[in-house]
Amino acid sequence: MNRPLFPPISRRFLRVWQRNLTVYKKTWKVSFLPPLMEPFLFIVAFGIGLSAIVEDLTYQGIKISYIDFIIPALLATTIMYNAFFETSFASFVRMRYQKTFDAMMATPLNLAEIITGEIFWAATKSVIAATLMIVGVGILGLIDNFSIILVPFLALLGGFAFGATGMFFTSIVPNIETFNLPMFLFITPMFLFSGTFFPLETLPQWAQGVALALPLTHLVRLVRAATLGIYHLSLLGSLAYLLLYSVFFYPLALEKMRKRLIK
Amino acid sequence: MTPIVEARNLKKVFGSFAAVEDVSFEVAKGECFGLLGPNGAGKTTTIRMLYGYTPLTAGELKLFGDDLAAHLRSIKYRIGVCQQENNLDPDLTVEENLQVFSRFFDIPKKEAQTRIGRLLDFFALTNRSRALFTDLSGGMRRRLVLARALINNPDLLILDEPTSALDPQTRQQVWNRLLELKKEGLTILLTTHYMEEAFRLCDRLLIMDRGRVLVEGKPGELIDRFVGREVLEIDSPDRKVRDFLAAQGYEFDDLGTRLMVCNHNCRELFARIEEVFDLKNCMLRMGTLEDVFLKLTGRDLRE
Repeated sequence: MNRPLFPPISRRFLRVWQRNLTVYKKTWKVSFLPPLMEPFLFIVAFGIGLSAIVEDLTYQGIKISYIDFIIPALLATTIMYNAFFETSFASFVRMRYQKTFDAMMATPLNLAEIITGEIFWAATKSVIAATLMIVGVGILGLIDNFSIILVPFLALLGGFAFGATGMFFTSIVPNIETFNLPMFLFITPMFLFSGTFFPLETLPQWAQGVALALPLTHLVRLVRAATLGIYHLSLLGSLAYLLLYSVFFYPLALEKMRKRLIK
Repeated sequence: MTPIVEARNLKKVFGSFAAVEDVSFEVAKGECFGLLGPNGAGKTTTIRMLYGYTPLTAGELKLFGDDLAAHLRSIKYRIGVCQQENNLDPDLTVEENLQVFSRFFDIPKKEAQTRIGRLLDFFALTNRSRALFTDLSGGMRRRLVLARALINNPDLLILDEPTSALDPQTRQQVWNRLLELKKEGLTILLTTHYMEEAFRLCDRLLIMDRGRVLVEGKPGELIDRFVGREVLEIDSPDRKVRDFLAAQGYEFDDLGTRLMVCNHNCRELFARIEEVFDLKNCMLRMGTLEDVFLKLTGRDLRE
C-alpha cells in the first residue's frame, strides 16, 4: 500500500503530551521526587566528600574545582535518565499493559502524533528535572555562572534525543525486561565514561574516540559550558551532533513503532 | 439514503494467515448491526478495520459515504469505539478519564463538562466520579468505557464484545442503556458471542467464521430459516427413539447423548412422542439464535 514517507503530524500530538501532564500532576510526588534526590546524593558524596581528596582540575585551560566539574555532568545525566526512562519503561507500560495507545488510536489521533507526544513529554520531564536541579544547586550556593539558565534549553534538546532513543528501544524490545540490555550496555557506560566524573583526556585515545561517538558526551560538554560560562568553537560540533542524532532517531522510532503496532 | 457503513469484500492477511477473507455488509442509519462468530472468526479484525486501526489488505470501506482511508481523520471524529479491553487510565479518576478523552476530540472544556455530567448520570456513575479507575468494579469499568466511547456524540458506536466478563445484572443494565441509545437513533455496530445479546439488541446481524460471512439477516428470520420456531430435544435417547424418528422421516442432529429436531412441526412431534414413549427427558423449546449459530459454525471446540 502506498503511504507517505513521513506520516502527517498535526498539533494534536500536544493532546498526548497534555494527557501525560494530567497523569503526572497526580503522581509527581511518588514518580518524581525520589529520582530527583539521586543527583543530590551524588553531589554530596562525590562533590563534597570526594573533592576533599581530589585536587582542582584544569578545564579548557581554566582551573576549576571538582564539584564544579561534576555538577554539569549530573545535570546532563539527569536529562538523559528522565527522558530515556519515560519513553522506555513508562511508554512500554502504556503501550503493552495499559493499552493507552490502542485507546488513543480510536480517536482522531494517529500513531505518529501519539509517539511524538510521548517523546515531547519525555523531553519535558528532562526540562522539569533539570530546572528543579538548578534551583537546588542554587540553594546550595553552587551556581558559578548566570549562563546556567541555558541548561533547560539544552534539556529540551537532550531530552528529545534520549526520548527518541528510548522510544526506538520500546519499538523493538519483546518484553519489558529486555530494557536491561540498553540500560547496561548503553546508558550506564555513558553515565560513567562520557567525561562525566573525570575528564575524557585521562582515557586512552581509542576510548576517547568511542566516547565522542556517544550522545551523552556532547550533552555533558554543552551543559558544562553553560554552567561554567566557558565557551569554545567545538561546542558547535556537539550541538550539531545532538541535532543530527535526533533527526536520525526520531523518524526511526516513528517508523519502527508503526511496524510494531499497525498490523 | 447513504448507509452509515458500506463494507465490500474486506480482506485482511497477516503474513500467510488470512484473518478476514471476504466480508461484505451494510449498516443503515439508526440500525443495530451485529457481527457474530466463534473466537478467531475475524470479528475483531473486521471491527479494527472499521475504525482505521488495521489497514485493509483489499476491499472497499466507506463510512458515512466517504472512503475511510482518505477521510480517516474526519470520520474518526464521528465514531465512538469501545474496545474489548477496559483500556482506561489507572492513575486517573472516572471524571478525569473522560476529560482526557474529550481533549482528543477537541471538545471545549465547558462543553465537555456538560457531556461528562450527562454521561456519568446515564451510566449511573455520578457518585463515583472522583473514584480512581483501579477502585471500580468490573461492571463500572465497562460502563465507563462505554461512556468514554460516547464523549464525542458519535454518529456510529462501535462495540467489540461490550458485555464480556460482566455479571448478569450488569449485562442487563448495559443492554438497557444500549437499547435507549438505539431508540434515540444511534447507529450501533457490535461484535458478540452472546447470542442472547445479539437477539435482544440487533436488528440485523451476520454470522461469520474463518474470515467469511456464513449468513446475514434478521435474528427472527434466521431462526425461522435454520431451526424453525420450535426445537425438540431428547436427552439420553435409546435406540427405539432414534428408529422411530428415522422411520417417521424426521431429520435430527445426533449429539451423542442428546438428539435435536429442528425445522419440523416439533409441537406435533412432541405430542406424538409423548404418546408413544412416555419420555420424561423430552423437551420442547423455542428455537434460538444459539441453535442457528451452532448449526452454522459447528460444535467443535476451537483452538
